[in-house]
Amino acid sequence: MTNKIIMGAVAYDPKVVTIWDGFKAWFKERGLDFDYILYENYEHQVESHFKGHYDVAWNSPLAWLQVKAIASKLGRTAEAIAMRDTDCDLTSVIVVKAESPIRSIEDLRGKSIGVGAGDSPQATLIPLVHLAEAGLDPDTDLRVRRFDVLVGKHGDHIGGERDAALALMHGEVDACSMIDGNHLLFGRENTLPTGATRILTQTAEYDHCNFTVLDGAPVKALAQFRELLLSMSYEDAAVRPLLDLEGLKVWKPGRTDHYGLLERAVARFGTIDAFVEGVAARCG
Amino acid sequence: MRVILDDLGLDEGAHILVKRSLARVAVGEVVIIEGSAPELAVHLRGWCRAQGHEFLSEGASLRVRRGGAQVGRWRASEQAGQADQVVEHPAATWGLAGRSATIEAGAPAFDFPLHDRDELWADEASRLYAQAAAAQWDPATAIPWDAPFEHADEVEDAVVQIMTYLIENETAALVIPARFASQVHPHFREVMQLLAIQTADEARHIEVFTRRALLRRKQLGLSTVGAQASLKTLVDEPDFAMASFLLSVLGEGSFLSLLWFLHEHAPDAVTKEVARLAAQDEARHVAFGLAHLSRHIEKQPALKDSLAMAVHRRHDALSHTAGLNEEVFDALLLLAAGSWQPADMRLGWQRIQKLEREMDEGRQKRLRRLGFDDSHAAELSALHTRNFM
Repeated sequence: MTNKIIMGAVAYDPKVVTIWDGFKAWFKERGLDFDYILYENYEHQVESHFKGHYDVAWNSPLAWLQVKAIASKLGRTAEAIAMRDTDCDLTSVIVVKAESPIRSIEDLRGKSIGVGAGDSPQATLIPLVHLAEAGLDPDTDLRVRRFDVLVGKHGDHIGGERDAALALMHGEVDACSMIDGNHLLFGRENTLPTGATRILTQTAEYDHCNFTVLDGAPVKALAQFRELLLSMSYEDAAVRPLLDLEGLKVWKPGRTDHYGLLERAVARFGTIDAFVEGVAARCG
Repeated sequence: MRVILDDLGLDEGAHILVKRSLARVAVGEVVIIEGSAPELAVHLRGWCRAQGHEFLSEGASLRVRRGGAQVGRWRASEQAGQADQVVEHPAATWGLAGRSATIEAGAPAFDFPLHDRDELWADEASRLYAQAAAAQWDPATAIPWDAPFEHADEVEDAVVQIMTYLIENETAALVIPARFASQVHPHFREVMQLLAIQTADEARHIEVFTRRALLRRKQLGLSTVGAQASLKTLVDEPDFAMASFLLSVLGEGSFLSLLWFLHEHAPDAVTKEVARLAAQDEARHVAFGLAHLSRHIEKQPALKDSLAMAVHRRHDALSHTAGLNEEVFDALLLLAAGSWQPADMRLGWQRIQKLEREMDEGRQKRLRRLGFDDSHAAELSALHTRNFM
């Protein structure tokens, strides 16, 4: 009998359909009946997971923490079964203009910082907790300006980071934050011209998305799904364009020991508390 | 392996030095990066992630372990033939790439309907293209537009009528190769180029004929149902060999004689020159038609019967039309006579008859070159459209 599996994912961009339709065909050729449900936002996706609407979620790091917290309240277990190579060991940076007098984190006190969407781990939560742990409380010591592009997408959309970078160049904010690779990218596209900015500080490493499953999910089908993911090769012309679109070279086994920084951020800022309580109450 | 970047940043082009060093070590081996650009470590981390390399850092030492993605990308690639040879059936996935390029596996398949060497190739294509490229002339300077002339109104009317007729013929001769140029698999680059330059030739012809017609007049002359119906059978012909045979070998072949006739009998220097320059170009078009059809027939002898049938079909389709319109014929007659004197008119008439004989002989000669025997060539030539093209 053919294994059947349904995945939940957030439609942060139209290319999501191209990606998963492509993978669906590839899975089918290898005997896995794969289907997917797209959600407009991660919160809806997370709640639907607990309602049993699908088997595996393609989760943002914040959604992973939401699932983990809700599962813990409900006495259930969540597991990350796979992730992209590019989800591992990211850092974020806080950038100022090259000529800015701001030379240290302490110099940022009382200054304005442009961050991404309120729910973006890489452009908001992690940079802000990095500053908070260095002694700057975002609520009292900084003027935080959010660039809320597509809230509910947990920063999957790069627009918020780019808007914050533009605000820095226009002199609207004193600093801005972004994922490490985007500093190079924004330089290439001339959003941040080469030499015009300086990296003030870099966060510790953290991990990004993962495939999340809950206890009770179909073990055999999930094992096949994971095995097929991990077997995808960049040498395979059939999946290479899909891997390029999804932004990876190879799928790796999931790991959950690199979410500590984000965990500290959501604990400090109470980012997910109400949501976790609500879902736990509704799905308990 | 060690690469020294000095103070060059990855946001200033340093990535190419890193890439170069990584290409010199095996997948899995480590390159040490030395540099003092302030953002180097941050940028290298992001760059490695995007490229599929492993970023390793221990304190101030930056190291990169080469990943396999780049090698993987090209592992199943394929070479699009040899630079100087054409294959019989180029792959659809070679697409727009030039001959001998390395094609990444998974490239999209293009639908070029003309992808069979025997259908379209001629070894002469390269030489004819080079000739055509060298012989391009500038309409603005190649024609003595300011050469003085004064014609009687009737003579100028005759020139304008002939130009009107030439324009629509040359428009058909532009549209047809233009359509096929976009259908030829780019592997057959020389044929594609030749069809493109043929199209450009016709664009210039249309320009100079139009400009000559409007030199003394505000509008063109008459366009008849018969002439357009005849050209429509050419434009509607979907098959490359058939269209090429009817247009280049029979049509443009006959046109060659007409253009040289005009060059000889035109009443002014401008008309003489536009006819001469156009005739030179048309000769190449005929040469290519003959070259690829000869080769095609040699590979597939049955094509000859199909070509003969195409002539019959076109003749039947046009049997209800008037052929060459009277206005064009009379205009040619007037130019050939050179005056309204009865004796000159007789001479003009004889010249037109000679022109038609020459056209017929030219068609027969070209048909024989394609392998038709004498009687078959004579029969098919006689069936050719009375509209010349």
